Amino acid sequence: MIFLLRRLAQGALVMLVVALVAFLMFRFMGDPVRGMLREDATLQEQQELRDRLGLDRPLVVQFAKFVGGALQGEFGVSWRNQQPVMELILDRLPATIELVVVAMIIALLLGVPLGVWSALNRHRPQASLLQTVSLIGISTPTFVTGILLILVFAVILGWLPSFGRGETVEIGFWRTGYLTASGWKALILPACTLALYQLALFMRLVRAEMLDVMRQDFVRFARARGLPTRLVRFRHALRNALMPLVTIAGMQVGSLIAFAIVTETVFQWPGMGFLFLQAVQFVDIPVMAAYLVFIGFIFVVLNIAVDVLYTLIDPRLRTGGAGAGR
Amino acid sequence: MQDAEARSPGRIARLRAGNDVLDSFLSTPRVVIAAAVALLMILTAVLAPLIAPHDPFDMAAISLLDSELPPAFLEGGDARFLLGTDSQGRDVFSAILHGLRISLMVGVVAVLLSMALGVTVGLVSGYFGGFVDSVLMRLADVILSFPTILIALLVNGILRGVLPSTQATATAVLVLVLSIAVNEWVQYARTVRGSTMVEKGKEYVKAARLTGLPPRTILRRHVLPNILSPVLVLATINLALAILTEATLSFLGVGMPPTQPSLGTLINTGNEFLFSGIWWVVVFPALTLVVLVLSVNIVGDWLRDALNPHLR
Repeated sequence: MIFLLRRLAQGALVMLVVALVAFLMFRFMGDPVRGMLREDATLQEQQELRDRLGLDRPLVVQFAKFVGGALQGEFGVSWRNQQPVMELILDRLPATIELVVVAMIIALLLGVPLGVWSALNRHRPQASLLQTVSLIGISTPTFVTGILLILVFAVILGWLPSFGRGETVEIGFWRTGYLTASGWKALILPACTLALYQLALFMRLVRAEMLDVMRQDFVRFARARGLPTRLVRFRHALRNALMPLVTIAGMQVGSLIAFAIVTETVFQWPGMGFLFLQAVQFVDIPVMAAYLVFIGFIFVVLNIAVDVLYTLIDPRLRTGGAGAGR
Repeated sequence: MQDAEARSPGRIARLRAGNDVLDSFLSTPRVVIAAAVALLMILTAVLAPLIAPHDPFDMAAISLLDSELPPAFLEGGDARFLLGTDSQGRDVFSAILHGLRISLMVGVVAVLLSMALGVTVGLVSGYFGGFVDSVLMRLADVILSFPTILIALLVNGILRGVLPSTQATATAVLVLVLSIAVNEWVQYARTVRGSTMVEKGKEYVKAARLTGLPPRTILRRHVLPNILSPVLVLATINLALAILTEATLSFLGVGMPPTQPSLGTLINTGNEFLFSGIWWVVVFPALTLVVLVLSVNIVGDWLRDALNPHLR
């Protein structure tokens, strides 16, 4: 319990730092008033907006107001297309989440078994081939993977679409592509692109962990007790080898959302990352600030969730494991 | 005198370690090949203006009549253009050589800057400890918990808002280098801080302090040389990372401008022509990038294992 409270307090602190960065960006990069009004606004109109935004008040008060607004999802208006920022982000959120979820599932479903297999058969030539391939996977930038996949499957073979989400269905505020055939077709290439790097990463991680665990005493003892190889490998070794994967996979959901910036750009996938990139290109500060706070929040929540989950799975960390998160 | 030094235990150990590193280098053919490829690419990059058969930036030498030619070894190819030409009639091979040069230059400058910054912060943080140390390390924690590309894009956006005329080459390079360095100094700082805290307690540092040397001299002359090997490993691995980040930013259109293209910019411009069937303007720069990063990564991986035997 104390552990949880400590982590929550830490998370709140990180959020405060992130909010401060976002606030400073918003306040000092260019003139917010100029960004929000029409070009031909009169001096009086400018002054009115300045008063309304409280830009003449002390910075601390302004920051408090910014945080207050952020807590209610209020981040102002995009300088580029004059829409409320939060509306823009929420509109794009489902696309990114659906992409990330599928990519994560692909990476885990392929990465873990491949890692286990290459650890158990590490002397076979196929295993070292896999290692080399995974090194190539880690060295290939996401956008190159995406372009090559488009070249092969969209340009040359013409099997799959190369941009957009296909047809989507709206359920409440959530616009999903999971319910249509064209939605799934459009999802395949971007999801594979996003998954490839993670797949290589998971495979290498699971292989290394598995090799490490297989060398430990309890596995040798289990074997010496005459337990069947299958049982030793999958009940004893694998369970322990997968433990670090929980942490890494949890953190990687966050980086997948960030990596999605690149994938979404390559495939013109209408998600949050694409929105953020356009904001960077046009120096649209409110959108950048809001995205930063939003992503920061997701990261903090994920971090805490992973830490809690980790203490639940690994009993060794339950007592006095307050520093376990690091 | 010379004899005494040659026989000192430190020197023999160092010689032996050197031999081990060399042995392990030569016994792993993969690493030898990777190192050779990396060196070759660096050499070509440095000599690009001399080697490149054409000058891709000389408008007078480019002819639209030569545009969209396939590579020389394919049907319809022209022997003058080994890897074909782009939509403007520029030689893809020459463009790659110049792009490689720019990519490597940005990468190396970014690594040097983040190394200088990180090592300084790490030394100060580890040697003095206290308030400065905890502030710097919390900052490092926050940066480390966010993905590189996100922070790079954010810094990039801020700098592009602050600095005038982002179209100028010098500004573009500066923005890129800073976007990368903001991420990478952290790793050096953490590693160096750790080793400095260890070295601080050792006899030779205590002795140096007793003789009244100022902390700056102790850190530079005594501590620094003893903690350099992990820094070199990091620098190699981070070079690959820096090249990747630069390429990604340029690909996203917030890096090098099309007038001074890096490999990422070349891939970005080529990407627009993907559907018109001139695949060579994308595929060859992309392959160059992957081979470069892969070979630097292989060398870096090996170096890490070779210099830290207990990690193997």
